[in-house]
Amino acid sequence: MGMLVGVDVGGTFTDVVVLDEGRRELRIGKVASTPDDQSSGFITALDDLHVSYSDIDLVTHGTTVATNAVLERDGGRCGLIATRGFRDILELRRRDRPHMYGLTGTYEPLIPRDRRLEVTERIAAEGAVLTPLCEDEVLEAGRLLLAQWSEAIVVSFMNSYANPEHELRAKEILQAEWPDLYVVTSSETLPVFREFERTSTAVVNAYVQPNVGQYLERLEERLHARGYGSDLFIMQSNGGMMSSAAVRNLPLNTVLSGPAAGVIAATRIAAEDGFANLITYDMGGTSLDVSLVQAGKPLPSSGMDLEFGIPLMVSMIDIHTIGAGGGSIARIDQGGLLQVGPQSAGAEPGPVCYGKNGTAPTLTDANLILGRINPRYPIAGVAGASFDVAGARSVIAETIGRPLGLSTEEAAQAIVTVANNRIAGSLRRVSIDKGHDPREFALFSFGGSGPLHAGFLLKELSIGQGIVPYFPGIASAWGCVIADRQHDFVTMQNCLLDALDLAEVERIFADHLAAGEEMLAGERVPLERVSVIREADISYEGQTHVIRTSLPAGKLSHETIAESFRKAYLQHYGRVEEGFGGLEELLAQIPIRLLNLRTAVIGVRADVALKDYVKAPDSTVAAACKEERAVYADGEFVSCPVFERAKLPWGAMLHGPALIEQPDTTVWLEPWCRATVAAGGSLLIEVT
Amino acid sequence: MTIDPITLAVIRGGLEQIADEMDATLERMAFSPVISDGFDRASGIYHVRDGEVIMQGPRGLPNFICVMEFTVRSVIKLVKNIADGDVYIINDPYLGGTHLMDVKMVRPFFYKGKLTAFLANSGHWPDIGGRVPGGFSTRATEIYQEGLRLPPVRIMDKGALNQDVLDIILQNVRVSAERQGDIIAKITALNLGADRLTKLLDRYGEATVFAAVDEMKARSERLMRSHIETIPDGAYKFTDYIDSDGVDWEPLALRLKLTVSGSDVHVDFSESSPPCRGPLNSVFSTTLAGVFIAFKHTFPDVPINAGCFAPFTVDIPTTTFLHAQPPRPVAGCAAEVCQRVIDVMLGALGQAIPDNAYAAPMGTVTNLSVGGENPGKGYYVFYSFIGGGYGGNFLTDGLINGNPTIAVARTQALEIFEFRYPVLFTRYAIREGSGGAGKRRGGYGVIFEFQIRSGDASASLLGERGRFAPFGILGGQSARTAEHVFTLRGEEYRPEHISKDEGVHMEPGDVLSLRTPGGGGYGDPFERPPALVLQDVRRGYYDRATAAKEYGVAIDPEAWVVDARATRGLRARGRKNETADSGE
Repeated sequence: MGMLVGVDVGGTFTDVVVLDEGRRELRIGKVASTPDDQSSGFITALDDLHVSYSDIDLVTHGTTVATNAVLERDGGRCGLIATRGFRDILELRRRDRPHMYGLTGTYEPLIPRDRRLEVTERIAAEGAVLTPLCEDEVLEAGRLLLAQWSEAIVVSFMNSYANPEHELRAKEILQAEWPDLYVVTSSETLPVFREFERTSTAVVNAYVQPNVGQYLERLEERLHARGYGSDLFIMQSNGGMMSSAAVRNLPLNTVLSGPAAGVIAATRIAAEDGFANLITYDMGGTSLDVSLVQAGKPLPSSGMDLEFGIPLMVSMIDIHTIGAGGGSIARIDQGGLLQVGPQSAGAEPGPVCYGKNGTAPTLTDANLILGRINPRYPIAGVAGASFDVAGARSVIAETIGRPLGLSTEEAAQAIVTVANNRIAGSLRRVSIDKGHDPREFALFSFGGSGPLHAGFLLKELSIGQGIVPYFPGIASAWGCVIADRQHDFVTMQNCLLDALDLAEVERIFADHLAAGEEMLAGERVPLERVSVIREADISYEGQTHVIRTSLPAGKLSHETIAESFRKAYLQHYGRVEEGFGGLEELLAQIPIRLLNLRTAVIGVRADVALKDYVKAPDSTVAAACKEERAVYADGEFVSCPVFERAKLPWGAMLHGPALIEQPDTTVWLEPWCRATVAAGGSLLIEVT
Repeated sequence: MTIDPITLAVIRGGLEQIADEMDATLERMAFSPVISDGFDRASGIYHVRDGEVIMQGPRGLPNFICVMEFTVRSVIKLVKNIADGDVYIINDPYLGGTHLMDVKMVRPFFYKGKLTAFLANSGHWPDIGGRVPGGFSTRATEIYQEGLRLPPVRIMDKGALNQDVLDIILQNVRVSAERQGDIIAKITALNLGADRLTKLLDRYGEATVFAAVDEMKARSERLMRSHIETIPDGAYKFTDYIDSDGVDWEPLALRLKLTVSGSDVHVDFSESSPPCRGPLNSVFSTTLAGVFIAFKHTFPDVPINAGCFAPFTVDIPTTTFLHAQPPRPVAGCAAEVCQRVIDVMLGALGQAIPDNAYAAPMGTVTNLSVGGENPGKGYYVFYSFIGGGYGGNFLTDGLINGNPTIAVARTQALEIFEFRYPVLFTRYAIREGSGGAGKRRGGYGVIFEFQIRSGDASASLLGERGRFAPFGILGGQSARTAEHVFTLRGEEYRPEHISKDEGVHMEPGDVLSLRTPGGGGYGDPFERPPALVLQDVRRGYYDRATAAKEYGVAIDPEAWVVDARATRGLRARGRKNETADSGE
């Protein structure tokens, strides 16, 4: 029993959930984010809820500080020490260009060339030392980099994945001379091959460290000054939390902190409603985060590009992001086609209807014109007391309606339809493209704009079941409260399956587990149990792309590994009507290679169910209906009932067209949908 | 049938996604690293009538921008009894191709029992047989020496694998086991495309989908024409050269006359050099691809389909090396000649629309293949391509180490090369000073240097720009040319054709150092802000002497600041000399 707090800081809003297990009480809050110092909004949001800080047992936080440091290029001043001949690896990338067409654009690496130095050393691919490390040069490089005011040093040598000896020795030398210097080695960060990606990952870690470290220090100071007595925990991109002390050394694990918390919330809330396979989408003002949950587990990914030329290879939840949100701008391209997004009006100036001098028509403006957003009920007071409907109408009529020869409503409908299709496309990318049939999944909609589009997506993707959680707008903060703790490990093997030493594999997995358990033990959070996921990156010999394959529990054999891989392969690529068209036999002749072994060590906390904290309203459907409003659907305005979410009794069934309003979002029930209010408050939507 | 704008947008998105998914499947399943890591592949949907491109994957290799419709056209013309479940394999450059290594597959698509469209893909194989591992022979004088040449033949016959054809292919290429995997990848990608296209047609109806296809074509044409109309009418001439054909040490001229009239463009290459003996000939489809890629780089927003080709007429006669006839060798066409076509197009367009102009990019892929015996491990073929600098342009400095204008291919990790092959890299670095000076300077090429660790190897190189540098524009300077140096048994060896050689025997300890060109500069270097010149020098992109001489910027070596007075002096003097020069 305790008081648990989750805080998610997003680009627009800072969301808070306070869960008092003793009193069975849940409080939520939402304030505008404070981009200059996220900790201000964080504290304001908590202060607003009048929380007694000394009563809080655990604060968990989703943050964008690491991502912003890279995107805004205001991270730390770092230096790089590389193998002689290879300091430019970081700047040469993998030989690519920013845009497929158009030859403009340059690339600025996170560490410029004058702070990248070389030392004499060389290790071969098989790990042999070809040239010993020149230790004097390491010291000299350190001196030169510090003379250039470097705050941190990254050491990245060729083939250090195969033998980290030189990198570790260089770190030792640097830290012996400068004990307070933050030194990151590539082999400790990511012990796998591909020198550019490994170096980039280590560099990102060093680059964001000062921002994340200082921010956490500030935040902890403020929390402790107000009486909070425990450690602060941070959501990682893998969906598990980690103590802020550990995050300070591994800040690279926080780039998808908030979105990962959202997927965790979706997974657990849907589980309460009895769904284990989900396509989740979180749609806010500017971006759409889509993810897939299978058998109650979010799909993992091994990395992402933070932007052009900045790959970050760490274990994370596979989240696909596109620029689509309420603020997405609609325009007619030069070919006369209507496009919506990826450009966004953001929070400033925002959509035209916010009345803050926005001049570009947005998706929110279109939804407003169609009657799907209540003009007198803006989220968290973003536009004062009401929306500027007339302004939105005239802009859409002028910029979209007239050029396309459509009425204002038709133009607004066209904007919504094009946006819906873009959203559907990105949902297909995480499902169909990866071999998953959307019909086997439930669609989990959240974020401030998400539930407006659920009905269309259900029909478009032939998904049978939609879920809108009770608090769609604060789901990520809820995810922070309930997340488990998780530590991921990877070790490269790179060997043909037939030659794989199974005893060695068992030893590596055991080492991973021991390291994970040690980290869990160092963090004072009560756990129910420790669970372990073992995976391997496997391919056919010669392939570049690996399949991240789940390995069965228990003793492994070459056959069980091969079997797991073949099954996963077929699921990835074979899922077309014709399968491999009789080519399986050819495939079976090709040897299998195992590249990496991966372990996730998860500290499972006592389960907290949202439904235990949502009180069943003592109300009726009729009482929940606050008005009838004209909503544009199927080419005409129809009169729709508008319900107040908080007053809808459990078990109630609603038929579309209908609107369900709540402070953090609006649910639009399309004419072809019906919704049931589940015990616990989730809205379960079906296509009739 | 008219189609409303919303349905059109939806169908367009649906078709694009099918092509994109085919690309993604091919790329992830492929065994050829050139496809999986290098993205040297393309997928698309083609019209049943004439092979016109309906949709090509947005991430497909630009080189195939219009090549694939020639491939499909050859299938329509040559294959008898097209049946459902067939897949044809084809790589003949003369039947709508590039080089022999780009192996294409075409699948007829039947809907409700009727042939309705073609699906096709292309992907680069690391070897296709022939004189040298990797296929980039520089001394071939006939296409027969370059490798296995396939007209459209059935690899799948009514849904069943044609083992006979497969056996012929596998018997004729090096490292053949992996090619089976590529064949599976290509067929699976086409099957997936067929599955998705069926669903799209079920959903919207054949008539609606094809009405959308016609409308998309009309709109692409309209958009391309609206861009062309922004180019002032006139004839723009530009000439650039290929170093040599690898056999005869004679430059090959690409003489372009680009005539713009209203929304029409006429591309005349008729004054170019005649066909050559060596493999630097180009086939018609690849030359044409270069023309369109240049336009697409200039106006990136035009969607690729047959409509965007409509405003163009071309004169590329068979009397030039840009429209060679069999059995001329063509290994250099896709990788090298096509880039020079783009360069001269950009050169001519730059005169017409300086506000949208690029100085020349490095203009070469520098194809490297090394084959040999790795003692105890067997035969290997190591194929790589090396980047170079882009030209300064109307918006930015040139990119450092870009991929070629014809490609989106990335290079493989050096550590993977070292893991797989008996090579050891000694240097991979920015080639300092290789970009042309300019207000917006050219990007830099690279130094790519390795030695053989064990076993004997045979190295072949097919590159360009060893003789004629990538040009600068609007007062910008040209870039440095390529320099490639072998060190064989302690002796330095430079190829006679600078960037081309084949079958160079390498032993353990022997080194090959490739130094690729940068890009040309854009605008007068004296207009480059001195603070940026200082930053360039700090980063070691070029030295202080170069800053003074080419940019007219004096840098104080003690304080590392710009010496403003000395800089004013240098720049004033430079201007005076310039005026004097032009007065003579």
